[in-house]
Amino acid sequence: MNIWAYIIRRLLYVIPVLLGVCLIIFVLFNMVSPDPTLIMLGKHASLSQMEDLRRELGLDRSWFLQYLDVVKSAFTFEFGRSWSTKQEIIEMIKAGAIPSLTLSVPAFVLSTVISIAISLFVAFFRGTFIDKSVVFLCVTMMSISSLAYILFGQWFFAFKLGWFEISGYEFGFPDFVPYVILPVIIWVMLGLGPDVRFYRTIILDEIYQDYVRTARAKGLGEKVIMFKHVLKNAMIPIITYVIIQIPFLILGALLLESFFSIPGLGGITLNAINSSDFPVVKAMTILISVAYILFSVLTDVLYTLVDPRVRLK
Amino acid sequence: MMINDAPKKSKSLWQHAFSELTRDKMAMTCLSIVVIYAVIAVLSALGFVGGDWAKEIGPSYAAPSTEFIFGLDIFGRSVFDKMIKGTEVAMSIGLVTAIISMIIGVALGATAGYFGGKIDEFIVWFYTTFTSIPYIMLLVAITFILGKGLIAIYLALGLTSWVNLCRLIRGEVIRHKDREYVHAAAAIGGGDFRKLFKHILPNVLHIVIINFSLQFQTAIKSEVILSFLGLGVQGRPSWGTMIDDAKLELARGVWWQLAAATLAMWIVVLALNILGDALRDALDPKLKGK
Repeated sequence: MNIWAYIIRRLLYVIPVLLGVCLIIFVLFNMVSPDPTLIMLGKHASLSQMEDLRRELGLDRSWFLQYLDVVKSAFTFEFGRSWSTKQEIIEMIKAGAIPSLTLSVPAFVLSTVISIAISLFVAFFRGTFIDKSVVFLCVTMMSISSLAYILFGQWFFAFKLGWFEISGYEFGFPDFVPYVILPVIIWVMLGLGPDVRFYRTIILDEIYQDYVRTARAKGLGEKVIMFKHVLKNAMIPIITYVIIQIPFLILGALLLESFFSIPGLGGITLNAINSSDFPVVKAMTILISVAYILFSVLTDVLYTLVDPRVRLK
Repeated sequence: MMINDAPKKSKSLWQHAFSELTRDKMAMTCLSIVVIYAVIAVLSALGFVGGDWAKEIGPSYAAPSTEFIFGLDIFGRSVFDKMIKGTEVAMSIGLVTAIISMIIGVALGATAGYFGGKIDEFIVWFYTTFTSIPYIMLLVAITFILGKGLIAIYLALGLTSWVNLCRLIRGEVIRHKDREYVHAAAAIGGGDFRKLFKHILPNVLHIVIINFSLQFQTAIKSEVILSFLGLGVQGRPSWGTMIDDAKLELARGVWWQLAAATLAMWIVVLALNILGDALRDALDPKLKGK
């Protein structure tokens, strides 16, 4: 099959998946979730009040029309207004995107670079004491609750030692920098365990391949093999893994943003969850799902373009 | 025992894995840790330990001392007792969640892989759709619907964590279903049900076991996040609520509740992690001899 046919087919598959995502969101939030008018008006609301509100929110229309609304919002990004703040949701998202990205982009880049560097290092010393202790350290770090990292980090480094801002945020470069340093460090720490382990496995998978033995047999040095051959081939799964994480950067780090009072999308989502603000929760869910679907197409296509060994089905 | 009785016979995969595991001191230590936690959880459920967690035994926020080993919380309750009682919640969440996700994952994965065609397409579509939605949002949505409490947590975590297993099982079943032994089973009159459960599934069981231990510890960690989101266990101590309480306590210098819950959780999650790795090394035929 030729590559373009594959790409088109892969793109067409976006449609049923997107409709499915909308269906799940619709079922969860419109059909089976508790009556939102009850949450908004409290238990003592009269029936007519509830009726009015239902009409105002468009909840009195048929399920099919409500489902169409969800689908429409996935394409137009018109999510309506928040129930609690009455703001346009798309405006809230635009305002929250910048603080989120100032945290998530540097954190993501740093943690990826550091993890790959460490995993190359340990793969070089595979099977030795260094390798084993790093792997053990990774598992140890992974086993601690992420909340504990955040709580301890904030308390010890910001509150106790006063090295960083405890919380808050300022817009504009470089004003935001002092506020994101500690969250970025904690993010990197959180990612180190699973990432190093993952990248190490990928690199080791390559190291045991025949072409590496060939390279060694023709007398190449370990360093050349490592960087020129192994890393080059390992790059394919690594890039896939990196790209597929990007959509989740939108959300920033839900927990980190909330603890450090960064007014990003994670914080907005969390507030919406706490106040049962369904339109905002739905909007964020749709946004990330759409991004995820598109990025997974991107990785699939890249994969087939870069790696000729991948057979198209 | 069986191994010693029949030294001439070549070992089956399971015997081989068993002897490999028992020789692995690290894995055995981890297994004993998990067993100890399980025993504590059962004893706590039966009321033998940690039953006094709700009793006020001293001043609010008393620091750890020889009298109160992990200090006291805001209401003067023993943090140690809460930690013990929390074991029950954590272990039950791990177990029930892992069972739920195992049942869904194996059922859907095996069905998709074995029957193929339209059924397969539908199940693949379903889990592709499902994984496109961020995990935390699904979790939140399900707890919105089910309300708060332990049952809601079991279901929310179980219903959101089956995709990985489903995908793996589907792939393995596809690999196995056209093997000779399955055709042989069909030739002697085995139906779909028999072929799938009696012949194919035992061959993919190792994936289920490895995934089970992984799922167990992920669920324990997720409970903390749910507690932070205000969707956690109500009316009884859990490690998640203890850690979550620390966000107000740390500024006053009260670190012991965070420390106790984090320590308790860390040990069992670490043990499960290492055990999971050891299981994979012992059971995954692809890794044999590496």
